[in-house]
Amino acid sequence: MSAEVTIILICSLVALCGALLGPLLILRKMSMMTDAISHTILFGIAMGFLLFKTQDSALMIVVAGLTGVLTVWLSEAILRTRLVKEDASIGIVFPALFSIGVILISRYLTDIHIDVDTALVGEVVFAPFDTVMIGSIEISRALLTMGILTVIDIAFVVIFYKELKLVTFDAGLAMALGFAPVILRYALMTLLSVTAVGAFDAVGAVLFVGFVVIPASAAYLLTDRLGRMMGIAFVFGVFAVLSGYAVALRWDASISGCIVMMLLTQFVLVLVFAPHRGLLAKFLLRRRQRWIFAEQMLVVHLHSHEGHADQGIESAAATVHEHLHWDTNFAREIVRRARQRGWIEQIGDALALTERGRQAALQAVAYRN
Amino acid sequence: MDLLQILHDLIFDYTLRNIALGSAILGITSGVLGSFALLRRQSLLGDALSHAALPGVCIAFIVSGGSKAPLVLLLGAAASGWVGALLLTVIVRQTRIKEDAAMGIILAGFFGVGYVLLSLLQQSAGSGQSGLDKYLFGSAASLVEADVNTMSVLAGLALVITYALFKEFKLLSFDPGFMASLGYPVRWLDILLISLTVIAIVIGLQTVGVVLMAAMLFVPGAAARQWTNRLGHMTILASGIGALSGVIGAVISASAERIPTGPAIVLTLTAFTLISFVFGSERGLLWAWLRQNRTRREIRARMALPEGR
Repeated sequence: MSAEVTIILICSLVALCGALLGPLLILRKMSMMTDAISHTILFGIAMGFLLFKTQDSALMIVVAGLTGVLTVWLSEAILRTRLVKEDASIGIVFPALFSIGVILISRYLTDIHIDVDTALVGEVVFAPFDTVMIGSIEISRALLTMGILTVIDIAFVVIFYKELKLVTFDAGLAMALGFAPVILRYALMTLLSVTAVGAFDAVGAVLFVGFVVIPASAAYLLTDRLGRMMGIAFVFGVFAVLSGYAVALRWDASISGCIVMMLLTQFVLVLVFAPHRGLLAKFLLRRRQRWIFAEQMLVVHLHSHEGHADQGIESAAATVHEHLHWDTNFAREIVRRARQRGWIEQIGDALALTERGRQAALQAVAYRN
Repeated sequence: MDLLQILHDLIFDYTLRNIALGSAILGITSGVLGSFALLRRQSLLGDALSHAALPGVCIAFIVSGGSKAPLVLLLGAAASGWVGALLLTVIVRQTRIKEDAAMGIILAGFFGVGYVLLSLLQQSAGSGQSGLDKYLFGSAASLVEADVNTMSVLAGLALVITYALFKEFKLLSFDPGFMASLGYPVRWLDILLISLTVIAIVIGLQTVGVVLMAAMLFVPGAAARQWTNRLGHMTILASGIGALSGVIGAVISASAERIPTGPAIVLTLTAFTLISFVFGSERGLLWAWLRQNRTRREIRARMALPEGR
């Protein structure tokens, strides 16, 4: 297998895991827990190495799982004191554990390959050359680890899909029905931790957060269904891996950095252009609603004075803007739009409702009642 | 090392004095501004915005033609941290994406862009850019007088503005709705407070680095909160705790071998916080526990009376 394919495969597997776990995390407002766990893993790796004197991948993954659980447990313990809010409880735990990790590494572990630099951003370039033999097939160690983790993630999400969905959207109901939201939460966090340690060498702690949070958030702006959200997030993730890798080759820049840069670019594009929920769609909708509302105001105004003594004063085309407290130009545009709609017509200097305009006025008033 | 020797070094040792001063300035500024962040439930803002500052450092370096003047790089950092904060606000206000996910997006996304720029600089300029990665991981040991001067100017600016608008920021933190009804420009004050927070964060980048800035910003406030219910006292106490942690961390790092300054400061700060959680005069766990025990005894005593009849 060529080095290029290996790198792309590893990153795509990270993207797949991110697409599976990300939606569950952002919907439960736990994104920053991802950030916390991906940092405390440094502490876990340092402790694991100090205690067992090995960097064996399988052991590291177990240690990482324990570290993740420890992080969640400590944060929740601080939260239970009710002395600080949830965000603060997370923010106290992970920098402290990260600090201990950094000190352990710089005091006792200077001769092993972990350095804080790669811990944050990873370095996937070397992954293809660190290989293991399975039978007669030589395979990249990182690819193998990530592959196994991906299978576990997929199995977890598929088997517990219904339960996860319920806990995500209605934890109270899940509790009442006898599911165990706490156990599921810890399971999810453990899974997140072991996935993070698998992704650690490839993309690093900070950028792993990007793989989990960014594509899921983009997908969240495009769909209301959990399963579809995971699918869309995966497509975004893989596309970012491919395009990011191409950019990294061209610029000779950091691969993981470029992938996350592409993820951010995609997100910003979705943020602006998403149908219904994008900034542009919302802006257009708001503008259209403003016009429609003003047109309705106009016909209601005309209707309420129709047949009264003051009709001549209130409905004169030249002065109608004064009665509605509108700017002259705005009023002219509204009159033009209402005429185009066939709601009003101009007879001499006076504005008069058509039959359709009268219906529209009645409907607008009825609607508001 | 005895106390007198430490004091002597703090004043006369050039390196230690700069590190301690820089860390103290950082502690004071983040203590004050972090108190607001804590009350506004934006504790993790420091984490997100410190990461968002990285691309700005690189862009400032490129645009200024390789300048390593602290002011230039810090302004770049502030600018991109500010853009991050703005994008964060837009995402939270305009879409259904919640604050935590928005922070994750800004944090990882901007950091990714920054790291791409950093890797580009690394290969084009060789070792010439070596000053830049200290903004990534923080290296208090490399603080020189020019850095400390720049930091104190920025900190002074942020603190003076905060002092002048203290009443407004207080209202903004406790009841923005009421504030809007009084006719204050809430949105502008919100942006101003976040901008000042960005300044506090930028000051910390060089000293403790992006990751530990998360704790540096709000943890002094979280510790101070346990001792008082008044915002004024809280900010003063928080800046005291922040400054003291900065100095103690700097001294620990200088006197023990191979303990980086940033982690030493953060762990000192964490220790202060745990002490405050237990002994804090206003909300401390110990007092609550004693109170609960006393109440329990009293109730038991009253229950015992009818039985003894």
